[in-house]
Amino acid sequence: MTTIEPAPVIAPQRQSRGFADGLRDALPKIVLAPSFAVILVFVYGFILWTVYLSFTTSRILPVYKWGGFDAYFRLWGQPNWYVAMQNLAIFGVLYIGICIAIGLFLAILMDQRIRAEGVLRPIFLYPMALSFVVTGTAWKWFLNPGLGLEHTMQNLGWTSFKFDWLVNPNMAIYTVVIAGVWQASGFVMAMFLAGLRGIDGEIVKAAQIDGASTVAIYRRIIIPLLRPVFLSAFIVLAHMAIKSYDLVIALTGGGPGNATELPSTFMYSYTFTRNQMNVGSASAVMMLMGITAIIVPYLYSELRERKQ
Amino acid sequence: MSFLEIKDIRKKIGSNEILKGINIELEKGGFLVLVGPSGCGKSTLLNAIAGLLPPSSGDIIIDGQVVTDLHPSKRDIAMVFQSYALYPNMTVEENIAFALEMRGVEKAQREAEVKKVAKTLQIEHLLKRRPSQLSGGQRQRVAMGRALVRQPRVFLFDEPLSNLDAKLRVEVRAEIKALHQNTHATIVYVTHDQIEAMTLATKIVVLKEGQVQQVGTPAEIYNRPANLFVADFMGSPAMNMLKGKVSGGGIALFGNDGIKVAMPPSVTATLPDGKEVILGLRPEAITDSGLVDPKVVSVAQIEADVTMVEPTGSDTFVTGRIDGASFTARTRADLHVAPGQKFAFSFNLDKAVVFDPRTTQQID
Amino acid sequence: MSAANETVSAGQANAARYFIYAALIVLAVVYLLPLYVMLSTSLKSLDEIRGGNMLALPKDPSISAWVKAWGEACIGVSCVGIKGYFWNSIKMVIPAVLISTLLGALNGYVLTKWRFPGHKIVFGMMLFACFIPFQAVLIPMARLLGLMGLSNSTTGLVMVHVIYGLGFTTLFFRNYYEAFPDELVKAAMIDGAGFFRIFWRILLPTSGPIIVVTIIYQFTNIWNDFLFGVSFAGGEASPMTVALNNLVSSSTGVKEYDVDMAAAIFAALPTLFVYVVAGRYFVRGLMAGAVKG
Repeated sequence: MTTIEPAPVIAPQRQSRGFADGLRDALPKIVLAPSFAVILVFVYGFILWTVYLSFTTSRILPVYKWGGFDAYFRLWGQPNWYVAMQNLAIFGVLYIGICIAIGLFLAILMDQRIRAEGVLRPIFLYPMALSFVVTGTAWKWFLNPGLGLEHTMQNLGWTSFKFDWLVNPNMAIYTVVIAGVWQASGFVMAMFLAGLRGIDGEIVKAAQIDGASTVAIYRRIIIPLLRPVFLSAFIVLAHMAIKSYDLVIALTGGGPGNATELPSTFMYSYTFTRNQMNVGSASAVMMLMGITAIIVPYLYSELRERKQ
Repeated sequence: MSFLEIKDIRKKIGSNEILKGINIELEKGGFLVLVGPSGCGKSTLLNAIAGLLPPSSGDIIIDGQVVTDLHPSKRDIAMVFQSYALYPNMTVEENIAFALEMRGVEKAQREAEVKKVAKTLQIEHLLKRRPSQLSGGQRQRVAMGRALVRQPRVFLFDEPLSNLDAKLRVEVRAEIKALHQNTHATIVYVTHDQIEAMTLATKIVVLKEGQVQQVGTPAEIYNRPANLFVADFMGSPAMNMLKGKVSGGGIALFGNDGIKVAMPPSVTATLPDGKEVILGLRPEAITDSGLVDPKVVSVAQIEADVTMVEPTGSDTFVTGRIDGASFTARTRADLHVAPGQKFAFSFNLDKAVVFDPRTTQQID
Repeated sequence: MSAANETVSAGQANAARYFIYAALIVLAVVYLLPLYVMLSTSLKSLDEIRGGNMLALPKDPSISAWVKAWGEACIGVSCVGIKGYFWNSIKMVIPAVLISTLLGALNGYVLTKWRFPGHKIVFGMMLFACFIPFQAVLIPMARLLGLMGLSNSTTGLVMVHVIYGLGFTTLFFRNYYEAFPDELVKAAMIDGAGFFRIFWRILLPTSGPIIVVTIIYQFTNIWNDFLFGVSFAGGEASPMTVALNNLVSSSTGVKEYDVDMAAAIFAALPTLFVYVVAGRYFVRGLMAGAVKG
């Protein structure tokens, strides 16, 4: 064992921490602080403000008089709101379901070592680069009964062809589905394609050796392995469905009448045109609750995994 | 006078005490190796010396100056990382010059210093390249160059050879040793490889779970390990641990009173009869009679069954078994012995170390 | 497929490939159809539109509708075309993208290389902000902009887009810098580089890909936004999307479909151009925003 050397005669000088050191340590937090503060105020603060407004008696302008749950009662007493919720359900289910189905189908096709992939993929994806307003405008034109698809088909000889969904109160919501699916399914395809490409090829080879048919391999092995992608796609699409405002406004304006009313359009009209700010706020709070119920569990599980 | 003093360093992360009071001193020009299994805290200790991780308590003193509260860039140290940590967007020249640039050294002088260092490491031809264009060994040299150009008081190495293949590792290890001999730099080196520790160090510190197990020269650590952990960790193949009992002035091995060996010279003869001990003997101290050094004082000849024979080309490792206990012997390469045979092993007891099985400490 | 258990014969395999290509081509045509229809309609004359088949090629293509849309179309009460609104969008997008990207980079840097207790919570809170329905903040924001004198202004819109884009830009950079080796930052610290120098000299130069991804993502989202535009910048300072909707949804006068379509194409051009040029980065941005979370 080594001998322990005697302690030095002169006490060693100690450097004390100065102001500069403290500043240097705090600098990262100082840099992050403005953004975080902004988010705190403009996101969480404003949400609280909106929630508060929903409990007041505000009409045209914010009024800070307590109104209790009055706005909520009136909200749920509105037939329009029920139409909006119903439409959201129809639109949501069809939009998410069809986007996932088409997206998965396209991805499986594209995964078959297609030579023209470089050309085809951008074609399916480009609608995502367009504004919802442009999409709505294009499809409004495309589905226009007098001048669009219906007229064209009749022109081509199919004289009994009718496609007046756009102006039909019962069917208008489905046009929103069509336009929405056209826009987003390419993106879902991209997600599934990435997922398919991430699957270990050896698992598929093992299944082939075990004698499974192609269909069985897809059904029993590949698609179950894509579960995380299904979840991600669902989250993204549900989120887009709840937020969708631009598309509806551009495509149908909420009509005919209020046939394509959605919570997002409801909120806007009740707040800014019908001057019932508290009801509008209440509807915004409902939308927020819907999104929170979907997003928060998902975010929590994602962030938790990364702790490892 | 110690140049680097690690004084009672403790580090707690959350409720986990990673360093439990480390005290080490290193003289100027010494090569200190911190060695231990993963999780023992050696990297944490190195980061504390560097100033990248402030200790919970304790001090680091370099050349009489307490640096514990100083920013890493003000401690006059340089560090070579396991992954080399070369700045990917800069050329080799810019990488090496970066620290000088941060200190405001002028361009002309920077270039001169970089050239000097590049010449020493023979990487002049690489100066204009980017790290991505270099091989592992070249990157390692650039990382060392970046440290050298600073002319720091202490060099810190964090497992620098781990990412290299076996052959390169041996080459770079020799270069590091040459560097130490030529520059007389003070070096603190972290590794989990005990061969690196043995070949490079002037002083080895063996760490386990945040505590110092032993401090000593390579020879001391190897020949006189302070406890069972150090004995087992250093040396490959591992030291043989033979169970025994003190009996009549000697040690009865393998629980068999019939196999009695003389007490090794270093062990005090005042141990009570019946005391259980563990006799530690390295494989190279158990061999065949032809190889035993005639100058050895105590030799015991023990016959055992051969269970496994492993020729390595330069030696043959023979595993013997007696009374349910196994041990490994190192014999000459051309020894002819096969599993199932009986063989007479010679035990060189001069080299034996005796441990107390309950305290795991060496008895001397 | 093992020879002993071939489920598909060579002929069947070929047929399958034909089916795959056919299906893909048909679907590709379907996806392209609306764009084609927009384009061809904008090049046709009104009579041709009203009389004929929307799928037909223009008989006598002319860009007169485009010229009219740019300089003469009537939106609301003024008839000066969409060019003013196009420039409004540009004036709004460029500062918003640059500021939100820079802030996102700094935030991502702090969150990954200068961790502090609670950084996960801070990040989580910023992340959640990406997902809220903007309806939940419309009213307070409208009030605030009014109080600040910024209602119906481009500056106000820029501010709004920066604020609500911070969540995404921080997400992108944070994930990118997470994968950046910590040892590089440690080495720079030992070399004497401080907070900003490390960012400027070491992190930023290697951030090329993520900067492109972020800029494209932000550009697309902000250019395409409608809700904030219509809520906070109606009138003179309207962005392109709002102007387009006003033009197309106006119920007065004769509907000039050719002009409508031309205007729509103008609105779509910038993001489509970015998409064509840098589609790869566009996809990366979409995926990073969606799959990571």
